[in-house]
Amino acid sequence: MSALTFTLKQPTAQRVDMSPLVCQKLQGLDVDAIAAIQLQNGKSRPRVDELFYITGKNTQEIIIAGSTNKLDFIGKELDGGSISVQGNAGAYLGMQMKSGTINVSADAGLYAACEMKNGLIQIDGNAGDFLGGALPGNKQGMKGGTVLVKGNVGQRAGDHMRRGQILIEGNAGDYCGSRMVAGTIAVMGNTGRYLGYAMRRGTLLLWNQPQLSATFNDCGSHTLAFLPMLFASFRSLNSRFADSSAAFNRVRRYGGDMAETGRGEVLVRI
Amino acid sequence: MIINGVTIDKTFAEAFPMKGTRAIITAQNEKWAMISAQAMTGFATSVIACGCEAGIERVLSPDETPDGRPGVSIMIFAMGAKGLAKQLETRAGQCVLTSPTSALFAGIEGGKPIPLGKNLRYFGDGFQVAKKIGGKRYWRVPVMDGEFLTEATTGMVEAVGGGNFLVLAESQPQALAACEAAIEEMKKIPNVIMPFPGGVVRSGSKVGSKYPALGASTNDAFCPTLKGMTKTDLSPEIESVMEIVIDGLSKEDIDKAMRVGIQAVCDLGAANGIKRISAGNYGGKLGPFHFHLQEIMA
Repeated sequence: MSALTFTLKQPTAQRVDMSPLVCQKLQGLDVDAIAAIQLQNGKSRPRVDELFYITGKNTQEIIIAGSTNKLDFIGKELDGGSISVQGNAGAYLGMQMKSGTINVSADAGLYAACEMKNGLIQIDGNAGDFLGGALPGNKQGMKGGTVLVKGNVGQRAGDHMRRGQILIEGNAGDYCGSRMVAGTIAVMGNTGRYLGYAMRRGTLLLWNQPQLSATFNDCGSHTLAFLPMLFASFRSLNSRFADSSAAFNRVRRYGGDMAETGRGEVLVRI
Repeated sequence: MIINGVTIDKTFAEAFPMKGTRAIITAQNEKWAMISAQAMTGFATSVIACGCEAGIERVLSPDETPDGRPGVSIMIFAMGAKGLAKQLETRAGQCVLTSPTSALFAGIEGGKPIPLGKNLRYFGDGFQVAKKIGGKRYWRVPVMDGEFLTEATTGMVEAVGGGNFLVLAESQPQALAACEAAIEEMKKIPNVIMPFPGGVVRSGSKVGSKYPALGASTNDAFCPTLKGMTKTDLSPEIESVMEIVIDGLSKEDIDKAMRVGIQAVCDLGAANGIKRISAGNYGGKLGPFHFHLQEIMA
Protein backbone atom coordinates (compact mmCIF):
# COMPACT_ATOMS: atom_id res chain seq x y z
CA MET A 1 0.00 0.00 0.00
CA SER A 2 1.42 3.36 -0.97
CA ALA A 3 2.04 6.12 1.55
CA LEU A 4 -0.79 8.52 2.28
CA THR A 5 0.49 11.70 0.68
CA PHE A 6 -0.75 15.23 1.28
CA THR A 7 0.62 17.56 -1.38
CA LEU A 8 0.09 21.24 -0.61
CA LYS A 9 -1.84 22.83 -3.47
CA GLN A 10 -0.38 26.29 -2.89
CA PRO A 11 1.43 28.03 -0.04
CA THR A 12 -1.01 29.30 2.55
CA ALA A 13 -1.04 32.90 3.70
CA GLN A 14 -2.09 31.88 7.20
CA ARG A 15 -0.75 29.14 9.46
CA VAL A 16 -2.29 25.67 9.34
CA ASP A 17 -2.81 23.42 12.35
CA MET A 18 -1.77 19.98 11.05
CA SER A 19 -2.36 18.13 14.32
CA PRO A 20 -5.40 16.14 13.01
CA LEU A 21 -3.24 14.53 10.34
CA VAL A 22 -1.29 12.05 12.44
CA CYS A 23 -1.16 8.30 11.86
CA GLN A 24 -3.19 7.13 14.83
CA LYS A 25 -6.02 9.60 14.16
CA LEU A 26 -6.29 8.63 10.50
CA GLN A 27 -6.14 4.88 11.08
CA GLY A 28 -9.25 3.17 9.68
CA LEU A 29 -10.47 6.26 7.81
CA ASP A 30 -11.00 6.12 4.06
CA VAL A 31 -9.78 8.85 1.74
CA ASP A 32 -13.17 10.59 1.68
CA ALA A 33 -13.29 10.80 5.45
CA ILE A 34 -9.74 12.12 5.56
CA ALA A 35 -10.52 14.67 2.86
CA ALA A 36 -13.47 15.94 4.91
CA ILE A 37 -11.40 16.66 8.04
CA GLN A 38 -11.35 20.36 8.75
CA LEU A 39 -8.06 22.05 9.54
CA GLN A 40 -7.66 25.37 11.33
CA ASN A 41 -6.12 27.81 8.85
CA GLY A 42 -5.91 31.27 10.33
CA LYS A 43 -9.52 32.14 11.12
CA SER A 44 -11.03 29.71 8.60
CA ARG A 45 -11.50 25.92 8.75
CA PRO A 46 -11.01 24.49 5.25
CA ARG A 47 -11.30 20.78 4.48
CA VAL A 48 -8.09 18.86 3.99
CA ASP A 49 -8.80 18.45 0.27
CA GLU A 50 -9.14 22.22 -0.12
CA LEU A 51 -5.52 22.61 0.95
CA PHE A 52 -3.94 19.36 -0.21
CA TYR A 53 -4.06 16.85 -3.04
CA ILE A 54 -4.48 13.45 -1.40
CA THR A 55 -2.97 10.28 -2.83
CA GLY A 56 -2.13 6.88 -1.36
CA LYS A 57 -3.84 4.99 1.43
CA ASN A 58 -1.37 3.86 4.06
CA THR A 59 -2.26 5.95 7.07
CA GLN A 60 0.75 4.61 8.98
CA GLU A 61 3.10 6.18 6.46
CA ILE A 62 2.28 9.81 5.81
CA ILE A 63 4.07 12.13 3.42
CA ILE A 64 3.50 15.87 3.46
CA ALA A 65 4.82 17.14 0.15
CA GLY A 66 5.51 20.74 -0.78
CA SER A 67 5.44 21.63 2.88
CA THR A 68 6.12 25.16 4.05
CA ASN A 69 6.99 26.77 7.34
CA LYS A 70 3.33 27.69 7.77
CA LEU A 71 2.34 24.09 8.58
CA ASP A 72 2.38 23.91 12.37
CA PHE A 73 1.87 20.99 14.76
CA ILE A 74 2.94 18.34 12.25
CA GLY A 75 3.04 15.00 14.09
CA LYS A 76 1.56 16.38 17.29
CA GLU A 77 1.16 13.51 19.79
CA LEU A 78 2.18 11.04 17.08
CA ASP A 79 1.86 7.53 18.47
CA GLY A 80 3.43 5.15 15.99
CA GLY A 81 3.86 5.25 12.24
CA SER A 82 5.96 7.66 10.24
CA ILE A 83 5.55 11.16 8.86
CA SER A 84 7.87 12.43 6.18
CA VAL A 85 7.86 16.17 5.54
CA GLN A 86 9.15 17.21 2.14
CA GLY A 87 10.06 20.84 2.54
CA ASN A 88 9.97 22.99 5.65
CA ALA A 89 7.92 22.36 8.77
CA GLY A 90 6.32 25.07 10.84
CA ALA A 91 6.34 25.42 14.60
CA TYR A 92 5.67 22.68 17.13
CA LEU A 93 6.85 19.80 14.94
CA GLY A 94 6.38 16.48 16.80
CA MET A 95 5.08 18.24 19.89
CA GLN A 96 4.36 15.70 22.67
CA MET A 97 5.09 12.88 20.24
CA LYS A 98 4.79 9.44 21.87
CA SER A 99 6.40 7.10 19.35
CA GLY A 100 7.12 6.69 15.64
CA THR A 101 9.36 8.70 13.36
CA ILE A 102 9.23 12.11 11.73
CA ASN A 103 11.60 13.20 8.99
CA VAL A 104 11.86 16.75 7.70
CA SER A 105 13.84 17.30 4.53
CA ALA A 106 14.46 21.00 5.17
CA ASP A 107 14.04 23.30 8.19
CA ALA A 108 11.74 23.14 11.20
CA GLY A 109 10.40 26.14 13.09
CA LEU A 110 10.09 27.04 16.76
CA TYR A 111 9.49 24.46 19.45
CA ALA A 112 10.25 21.39 17.35
CA ALA A 113 10.08 18.23 19.51
CA CYS A 114 8.81 20.26 22.43
CA GLU A 115 7.70 18.03 25.29
CA MET A 116 8.39 15.00 23.10
CA LYS A 117 8.00 11.69 24.97
CA ASN A 118 9.56 9.09 22.68
CA GLY A 119 10.32 8.25 19.06
CA LEU A 120 12.71 9.76 16.55
CA ILE A 121 12.64 13.13 14.82
CA GLN A 122 15.18 13.84 12.11
CA ILE A 123 15.50 17.33 10.69
CA ASP A 124 17.81 17.54 7.69
CA GLY A 125 17.99 21.31 7.76
CA ASN A 126 17.96 23.74 10.66
CA ALA A 127 15.67 23.92 13.67
CA GLY A 128 14.34 27.00 15.38
CA ASP A 129 14.46 28.10 19.00
CA PHE A 130 13.34 25.94 21.92
CA LEU A 131 14.10 22.65 20.18
CA GLY A 132 12.98 19.91 22.59
CA GLY A 133 11.92 22.57 25.05
CA ALA A 134 8.92 23.07 27.29
CA LEU A 135 5.90 25.07 26.26
CA PRO A 136 5.80 28.48 27.92
CA GLY A 137 4.83 28.05 31.55
CA ASN A 138 5.46 24.31 31.61
CA LYS A 139 8.22 22.86 33.77
CA GLN A 140 9.34 19.91 31.68
CA GLY A 141 10.50 19.84 28.09
CA MET A 142 11.44 16.77 26.13
CA LYS A 143 11.02 13.60 28.22
CA GLY A 144 12.41 10.91 25.93
CA GLY A 145 13.27 9.88 22.40
CA THR A 146 15.85 11.20 20.00
CA VAL A 147 16.01 14.38 17.93
CA LEU A 148 18.62 14.60 15.21
CA VAL A 149 19.29 17.92 13.50
CA LYS A 150 21.73 17.94 10.62
CA GLY A 151 21.92 21.71 10.42
CA ASN A 152 21.98 24.37 13.10
CA VAL A 153 19.55 24.99 15.92
CA GLY A 154 18.30 28.22 17.41
CA GLN A 155 18.40 29.44 20.97
CA ARG A 156 17.41 27.53 24.10
CA ALA A 157 17.71 24.04 22.63
CA GLY A 158 16.69 21.53 25.31
CA ASP A 159 15.15 24.14 27.56
CA HIS A 160 13.77 22.33 30.64
CA MET A 161 14.67 19.02 28.96
CA ARG A 162 13.99 16.05 31.24
CA ARG A 163 15.27 12.97 29.37
CA GLY A 164 16.15 11.77 25.85
CA GLN A 165 18.79 13.02 23.49
CA ILE A 166 19.18 15.90 21.08
CA LEU A 167 21.91 15.43 18.49
CA ILE A 168 23.01 18.49 16.55
CA GLU A 169 25.47 18.14 13.70
CA GLY A 170 25.75 21.90 13.23
CA ASN A 171 25.88 24.80 15.65
CA ALA A 172 23.64 25.60 18.59
CA GLY A 173 22.48 29.07 19.51
CA ASP A 174 22.65 30.83 22.86
CA TYR A 175 21.36 29.23 26.05
CA CYS A 176 21.76 25.68 24.72
CA GLY A 177 20.65 23.30 27.49
CA SER A 178 19.18 26.08 29.57
CA ARG A 179 17.28 24.98 32.67
CA MET A 180 17.95 21.39 31.67
CA VAL A 181 16.77 18.81 34.21
CA ALA A 182 18.43 15.75 32.64
CA GLY A 183 19.11 14.10 29.28
CA THR A 184 21.84 14.52 26.70
CA ILE A 185 22.49 17.21 24.10
CA ALA A 186 25.37 16.59 21.72
CA VAL A 187 26.66 19.40 19.50
CA MET A 188 29.25 18.77 16.81
CA GLY A 189 29.52 22.41 15.81
CA ASN A 190 29.87 25.48 17.96
CA THR A 191 27.70 26.63 20.83
CA GLY A 192 26.60 30.13 21.71
CA ARG A 193 26.69 32.10 24.90
CA TYR A 194 25.23 31.05 28.24
CA LEU A 195 25.63 27.36 27.54
CA GLY A 196 23.77 25.26 30.13
CA TYR A 197 22.30 28.32 31.80
CA ALA A 198 20.67 27.17 35.07
CA MET A 199 20.96 23.51 34.15
CA ARG A 200 20.38 21.17 37.09
CA ARG A 201 21.51 17.83 35.72
CA GLY A 202 22.11 16.37 32.27
CA THR A 203 24.97 16.18 29.82
CA LEU A 204 26.10 18.61 27.14
CA LEU A 205 28.49 16.72 24.91
CA LEU A 206 30.55 19.04 22.72
CA TRP A 207 33.07 18.63 19.96
CA ASN A 208 34.40 22.18 20.35
CA GLN A 209 35.43 24.17 23.39
CA PRO A 210 32.52 26.42 24.42
CA GLN A 211 32.51 29.81 26.03
CA LEU A 212 31.53 28.80 29.55
CA SER A 213 29.91 30.89 32.23
CA ALA A 214 31.72 31.46 35.50
CA THR A 215 29.27 29.09 37.17
CA PHE A 216 30.77 26.03 35.45
CA ASN A 217 33.78 24.52 37.18
CA ASP A 218 36.55 22.52 35.59
CA CYS A 219 36.57 18.89 36.81
CA GLY A 220 39.58 17.84 34.74
CA SER A 221 40.20 15.45 31.87
CA HIS A 222 38.76 11.95 31.97
CA THR A 223 38.15 8.77 30.02
CA LEU A 224 34.48 7.95 30.49
CA ALA A 225 33.25 4.40 29.96
CA PHE A 226 29.71 5.32 29.02
CA LEU A 227 30.71 7.37 25.98
CA PRO A 228 31.59 4.43 23.68
CA MET A 229 28.24 2.88 24.56
CA LEU A 230 26.45 6.13 23.85
CA PHE A 231 28.15 6.44 20.46
CA ALA A 232 27.40 2.80 19.71
CA SER A 233 23.70 3.53 20.26
CA PHE A 234 23.89 6.17 17.49
CA ARG A 235 25.04 3.67 14.86
CA SER A 236 21.56 3.07 13.46
CA LEU A 237 21.07 6.77 12.73
CA ASN A 238 21.52 8.31 9.32
CA SER A 239 23.97 10.81 10.65
CA ARG A 240 27.57 11.78 11.18
CA PHE A 241 26.95 10.71 14.79
CA ALA A 242 26.77 7.13 13.52
CA ASP A 243 30.26 7.34 12.04
CA SER A 244 32.67 5.45 14.27
CA SER A 245 35.32 8.09 13.61
CA ALA A 246 33.06 10.58 15.41
CA ALA A 247 33.26 8.58 18.65
CA PHE A 248 35.54 9.51 21.52
CA ASN A 249 35.80 8.68 25.19
CA ARG A 250 38.32 11.26 26.37
CA VAL A 251 36.76 14.51 27.55
CA ARG A 252 37.24 17.59 29.67
CA ARG A 253 34.48 17.67 32.26
CA TYR A 254 32.94 20.87 33.55
CA GLY A 255 30.34 20.76 36.32
CA GLY A 256 27.48 23.18 36.62
CA ASP A 257 25.44 25.24 36.64
CA MET A 258 26.69 26.01 40.14
CA ALA A 259 24.15 28.82 40.33
CA GLU A 260 21.59 26.00 40.28
CA THR A 261 22.02 22.55 41.87
CA GLY A 262 25.18 22.08 39.83
CA ARG A 263 24.85 18.39 39.01
CA GLY A 264 24.97 18.91 35.25
CA GLU A 265 28.05 18.42 33.12
CA VAL A 266 29.59 19.81 29.99
CA LEU A 267 31.85 17.25 28.35
CA VAL A 268 34.21 18.61 25.73
CA ARG A 269 36.16 16.34 23.42
CA ILE A 270 39.93 16.49 23.89
CA MET B 1 24.63 -49.52 31.47
CA ILE B 2 28.42 -49.68 31.20
CA ILE B 3 30.51 -47.12 29.30
CA ASN B 4 34.24 -47.84 28.89
CA GLY B 5 34.11 -50.09 31.93
CA VAL B 6 32.26 -47.51 34.04
CA THR B 7 28.90 -48.56 35.43
CA ILE B 8 26.19 -45.93 35.07
CA ASP B 9 23.74 -46.51 37.92
CA LYS B 10 20.05 -46.80 37.17
CA THR B 11 19.26 -43.81 39.33
CA PHE B 12 18.56 -40.14 39.01
CA ALA B 13 19.82 -36.81 40.28
CA GLU B 14 17.17 -34.77 41.96
CA ALA B 15 17.03 -31.02 41.42
CA PHE B 16 14.76 -28.25 42.52
CA PRO B 17 13.46 -24.94 41.17
CA MET B 18 15.54 -21.85 41.83
CA LYS B 19 15.63 -18.27 40.65
CA GLY B 20 18.62 -17.41 38.50
CA THR B 21 20.29 -14.37 37.04
CA ARG B 22 23.38 -13.46 35.11
CA ALA B 23 25.60 -10.38 35.20
CA ILE B 24 28.52 -9.30 33.07
CA ILE B 25 31.56 -7.79 34.71
CA THR B 26 34.03 -5.93 32.53
CA ALA B 27 37.30 -4.25 33.37
CA GLN B 28 40.38 -2.72 31.83
CA ASN B 29 41.69 -6.22 31.20
CA GLU B 30 40.64 -9.82 31.70
CA LYS B 31 42.75 -10.13 34.83
CA TRP B 32 40.77 -7.50 36.71
CA ALA B 33 37.41 -8.64 35.35
CA MET B 34 38.24 -12.11 36.62
CA ILE B 35 39.37 -10.82 40.02
CA SER B 36 36.07 -9.02 40.45
CA ALA B 37 34.08 -12.02 39.20
CA GLN B 38 35.89 -14.37 41.57
CA ALA B 39 35.17 -12.06 44.48
CA MET B 40 31.52 -11.73 43.52
CA THR B 41 31.02 -15.48 43.22
CA GLY B 42 33.07 -16.35 46.30
CA PHE B 43 31.46 -18.04 49.31
CA ALA B 44 28.54 -19.11 47.18
CA THR B 45 28.79 -22.88 47.00
CA SER B 46 25.48 -23.85 48.51
CA VAL B 47 22.27 -22.09 49.45
CA ILE B 48 22.36 -24.03 52.71
CA ALA B 49 24.75 -21.55 54.29
CA CYS B 50 25.80 -19.05 51.65
CA GLY B 51 22.42 -17.61 50.72
CA CYS B 52 23.03 -18.32 47.06
CA GLU B 53 24.98 -20.44 44.63
CA ALA B 54 27.15 -18.54 42.20
CA GLY B 55 29.85 -19.19 39.70
CA ILE B 56 31.72 -17.93 36.69
CA GLU B 57 30.02 -18.98 33.49
CA ARG B 58 32.74 -17.97 31.06
CA VAL B 59 35.21 -15.35 29.93
CA LEU B 60 33.88 -12.89 27.36
CA SER B 61 35.91 -11.31 24.58
CA PRO B 62 35.67 -7.52 24.12
CA ASP B 63 33.29 -7.89 21.18
CA GLU B 64 30.86 -9.79 23.39
CA THR B 65 30.58 -7.17 26.13
CA PRO B 66 28.43 -4.02 26.17
CA ASP B 67 31.35 -1.65 26.64
CA GLY B 68 33.83 -3.41 24.38
CA ARG B 69 36.22 -4.37 27.16
CA PRO B 70 37.23 -7.85 28.34
CA GLY B 71 34.64 -9.37 30.62
CA VAL B 72 33.40 -12.32 32.60
CA SER B 73 29.83 -13.55 32.86
CA ILE B 74 28.72 -14.78 36.24
CA MET B 75 25.52 -16.48 37.32
CA ILE B 76 23.79 -16.45 40.67
CA PHE B 77 21.03 -18.78 41.84
CA ALA B 78 18.90 -18.62 44.97
CA MET B 79 15.78 -20.27 46.31
CA GLY B 80 13.62 -17.14 46.16
CA ALA B 81 13.39 -13.86 44.29
CA LYS B 82 14.00 -11.72 47.35
CA GLY B 83 17.06 -13.68 48.39
CA LEU B 84 18.50 -13.55 44.91
CA ALA B 85 18.01 -9.80 44.63
CA LYS B 86 19.65 -9.24 48.01
CA GLN B 87 22.62 -11.45 47.23
CA LEU B 88 23.12 -9.87 43.83
CA GLU B 89 23.03 -6.39 45.22
CA THR B 90 25.31 -6.95 48.21
CA ARG B 91 27.81 -8.89 46.17
CA ALA B 92 27.79 -6.30 43.37
CA GLY B 93 28.25 -3.56 45.94
CA GLN B 94 31.12 -5.20 47.78
CA CYS B 95 32.90 -7.02 44.97
CA VAL B 96 32.32 -5.14 41.70
CA LEU B 97 31.76 -1.54 42.73
CA THR B 98 34.96 -1.80 44.77
CA SER B 99 37.04 -3.51 42.09
CA PRO B 100 39.35 -1.21 40.05
CA THR B 101 38.17 -0.25 36.55
CA SER B 102 35.13 -2.52 36.73
CA ALA B 103 31.75 -2.02 35.08
CA LEU B 104 28.65 -4.13 35.57
CA PHE B 105 25.95 -5.04 33.05
CA ALA B 106 22.86 -7.18 32.80
CA GLY B 107 23.42 -10.68 31.47
CA ILE B 108 19.80 -11.64 30.88
CA GLU B 109 17.42 -9.74 28.64
CA GLY B 110 13.82 -10.18 29.67
CA GLY B 111 12.68 -12.01 32.77
CA LYS B 112 11.73 -10.04 35.84
CA PRO B 113 13.98 -7.01 36.32
CA ILE B 114 15.89 -7.01 39.60
CA PRO B 115 18.20 -4.25 40.80
CA LEU B 116 21.80 -4.44 39.67
CA GLY B 117 23.12 -0.93 40.07
CA LYS B 118 19.74 0.67 40.71
CA ASN B 119 20.42 1.08 44.42
CA LEU B 120 24.22 1.04 44.29
CA ARG B 121 23.86 4.45 42.72
CA TYR B 122 23.26 5.98 46.11
CA PHE B 123 26.92 5.39 46.84
CA GLY B 124 27.37 8.39 44.55
CA ASP B 125 25.91 10.61 47.28
CA GLY B 126 23.94 12.69 44.83
CA PHE B 127 26.75 13.02 42.27
CA GLN B 128 25.59 9.91 40.39
CA VAL B 129 24.35 10.40 36.84
CA ALA B 130 21.65 8.37 35.07
CA LYS B 131 21.94 7.72 31.36
CA LYS B 132 19.42 5.95 29.20
CA ILE B 133 21.27 4.44 26.26
CA GLY B 134 19.54 2.30 23.65
CA GLY B 135 16.47 1.93 25.86
CA LYS B 136 18.46 0.71 28.86
CA ARG B 137 19.10 2.64 32.01
CA TYR B 138 22.63 3.00 33.31
CA TRP B 139 24.15 4.69 36.29
CA ARG B 140 27.48 6.47 36.37
CA VAL B 141 28.71 6.53 39.93
CA PRO B 142 31.74 8.69 40.67
CA VAL B 143 34.45 6.67 42.43
CA MET B 144 38.08 7.31 43.21
CA ASP B 145 39.46 5.65 40.05
CA GLY B 146 37.02 7.47 37.77
CA GLU B 147 33.46 6.32 37.22
CA PHE B 148 31.71 3.05 38.03
CA LEU B 149 29.33 2.33 35.16
CA THR B 150 26.50 -0.06 35.93
CA GLU B 151 23.26 -1.07 34.30
CA ALA B 152 20.28 -0.38 36.55
CA THR B 153 18.74 -3.86 36.41
CA THR B 154 19.28 -7.34 35.15
CA GLY B 155 16.76 -10.10 34.45
CA MET B 156 15.72 -12.82 36.86
CA VAL B 157 14.37 -16.07 35.43
CA GLU B 158 13.12 -19.44 36.64
CA ALA B 159 16.04 -21.83 36.92
CA VAL B 160 17.03 -25.27 38.15
CA GLY B 161 19.48 -26.02 40.94
CA GLY B 162 21.08 -29.12 42.29
CA GLY B 163 21.71 -31.26 39.22
CA ASN B 164 24.53 -33.62 40.15
CA PHE B 165 26.45 -36.80 39.59
CA LEU B 166 28.86 -38.80 41.71
CA VAL B 167 32.18 -40.17 40.51
CA LEU B 168 33.19 -43.38 42.30
CA ALA B 169 36.86 -44.27 41.90
CA GLU B 170 39.47 -46.63 43.20
CA SER B 171 41.55 -43.80 44.63
CA GLN B 172 41.28 -40.17 45.60
CA PRO B 173 43.71 -38.89 42.90
CA GLN B 174 41.78 -40.82 40.25
CA ALA B 175 38.44 -39.42 41.43
CA LEU B 176 39.82 -35.89 41.36
CA ALA B 177 41.44 -36.29 37.94
CA ALA B 178 38.15 -37.55 36.53
CA CYS B 179 36.22 -34.65 38.04
CA GLU B 180 38.75 -32.16 36.68
CA ALA B 181 38.30 -33.64 33.22
CA ALA B 182 34.53 -33.40 33.60
CA ILE B 183 34.62 -29.77 34.75
CA GLU B 184 36.88 -28.85 31.87
CA GLU B 185 34.21 -30.04 29.42
CA MET B 186 31.21 -28.78 31.40
CA LYS B 187 32.60 -25.24 31.49
CA LYS B 188 32.07 -25.11 27.74
CA ILE B 189 28.30 -25.49 28.16
CA PRO B 190 26.42 -22.17 28.37
CA ASN B 191 23.80 -21.31 30.99
CA VAL B 192 25.26 -23.52 33.73
CA ILE B 193 27.63 -23.13 36.64
CA MET B 194 29.25 -25.64 38.96
CA PRO B 195 29.22 -23.62 42.19
CA PHE B 196 31.52 -25.68 44.44
CA PRO B 197 35.27 -25.09 44.72
CA GLY B 198 36.73 -25.87 41.33
CA GLY B 199 33.32 -27.29 40.50
CA VAL B 200 33.86 -30.38 42.67
CA VAL B 201 32.32 -31.37 46.02
CA ARG B 202 34.00 -33.90 48.25
CA SER B 203 31.45 -33.61 51.03
CA GLY B 204 28.16 -34.67 49.52
CA SER B 205 25.34 -34.47 52.01
CA LYS B 206 22.19 -36.30 52.90
CA VAL B 207 19.07 -34.68 54.27
CA GLY B 208 18.94 -34.65 58.10
CA SER B 209 21.33 -35.51 60.89
CA LYS B 210 21.41 -37.20 64.24
CA TYR B 211 21.90 -33.69 65.59
CA PRO B 212 18.54 -31.93 65.52
CA ALA B 213 20.08 -28.54 64.78
CA LEU B 214 21.51 -29.73 61.47
CA GLY B 215 19.39 -30.03 58.37
CA ALA B 216 22.04 -31.87 56.39
CA SER B 217 24.96 -34.11 57.22
CA THR B 218 27.60 -36.26 55.56
CA ASN B 219 26.33 -38.76 53.01
CA ASP B 220 27.54 -41.77 54.97
CA ALA B 221 26.33 -44.27 52.37
CA PHE B 222 29.00 -42.86 50.02
CA CYS B 223 31.79 -42.33 52.59
CA PRO B 224 34.47 -44.92 51.82
CA THR B 225 35.85 -45.01 55.36
CA LEU B 226 32.44 -46.06 56.69
CA LYS B 227 31.97 -49.05 54.40
CA GLY B 228 31.90 -51.45 57.34
CA MET B 229 30.04 -49.22 59.76
CA THR B 230 26.93 -48.02 57.93
CA LYS B 231 24.50 -49.09 55.25
CA THR B 232 26.98 -48.39 52.50
CA ASP B 233 26.34 -47.85 48.83
CA LEU B 234 29.94 -48.60 47.92
CA SER B 235 31.57 -51.80 46.75
CA PRO B 236 34.85 -52.82 48.37
CA GLU B 237 37.16 -51.43 45.66
CA ILE B 238 35.78 -47.85 45.91
CA GLU B 239 38.11 -45.64 47.91
CA SER B 240 36.95 -42.18 46.97
CA VAL B 241 33.76 -40.47 45.80
CA MET B 242 33.41 -36.94 44.49
CA GLU B 243 30.37 -35.05 43.30
CA ILE B 244 29.76 -32.40 40.70
CA VAL B 245 26.77 -30.13 41.32
CA ILE B 246 25.23 -28.11 38.50
CA ASP B 247 22.87 -25.14 38.51
CA GLY B 248 21.41 -24.01 35.21
CA LEU B 249 18.83 -21.83 33.58
CA SER B 250 16.84 -24.85 32.39
CA LYS B 251 16.62 -28.64 32.76
CA GLU B 252 17.94 -29.00 29.22
CA ASP B 253 21.05 -26.97 30.03
CA ILE B 254 21.80 -29.21 33.00
CA ASP B 255 21.12 -32.30 30.87
CA LYS B 256 23.76 -31.15 28.42
CA ALA B 257 26.29 -30.36 31.13
CA MET B 258 25.77 -33.71 32.83
CA ARG B 259 26.12 -35.56 29.55
CA VAL B 260 29.47 -34.00 28.62
CA GLY B 261 30.71 -34.28 32.20
CA ILE B 262 29.84 -37.95 32.59
CA GLN B 263 31.23 -38.66 29.13
CA ALA B 264 34.55 -37.04 30.08
CA VAL B 265 34.70 -39.20 33.19
CA CYS B 266 33.85 -42.33 31.22
CA ASP B 267 36.50 -41.48 28.63
CA LEU B 268 39.07 -42.00 31.37
CA GLY B 269 37.26 -45.25 32.11
CA ALA B 270 37.93 -48.25 34.30
CA ALA B 271 41.55 -48.25 33.20
CA ASN B 272 42.02 -45.05 35.18
CA GLY B 273 40.25 -46.35 38.26
CA ILE B 274 36.78 -44.98 37.56
CA LYS B 275 34.25 -47.64 38.50
CA ARG B 276 30.81 -46.09 38.74
CA ILE B 277 28.73 -42.99 38.13
CA SER B 278 25.86 -42.45 40.50
CA ALA B 279 23.74 -39.50 41.60
CA GLY B 280 22.28 -37.93 44.67
CA ASN B 281 18.58 -38.18 45.16
CA TYR B 282 16.28 -38.14 48.09
CA GLY B 283 13.64 -40.52 46.88
CA GLY B 284 11.98 -37.78 44.86
CA LYS B 285 11.18 -35.81 48.00
CA LEU B 286 13.47 -32.84 47.39
CA GLY B 287 12.60 -31.55 43.98
CA PRO B 288 10.52 -32.04 40.86
CA PHE B 289 13.42 -32.23 38.39
CA HIS B 290 14.81 -35.74 37.93
CA PHE B 291 17.90 -36.35 35.82
CA HIS B 292 18.02 -40.06 35.03
CA LEU B 293 21.64 -40.93 34.36
CA GLN B 294 21.02 -43.75 31.94
CA GLU B 295 18.55 -41.66 29.92
CA ILE B 296 21.02 -38.80 29.73
CA MET B 297 23.80 -41.10 28.52
CA ALA B 298 21.60 -43.13 26.17
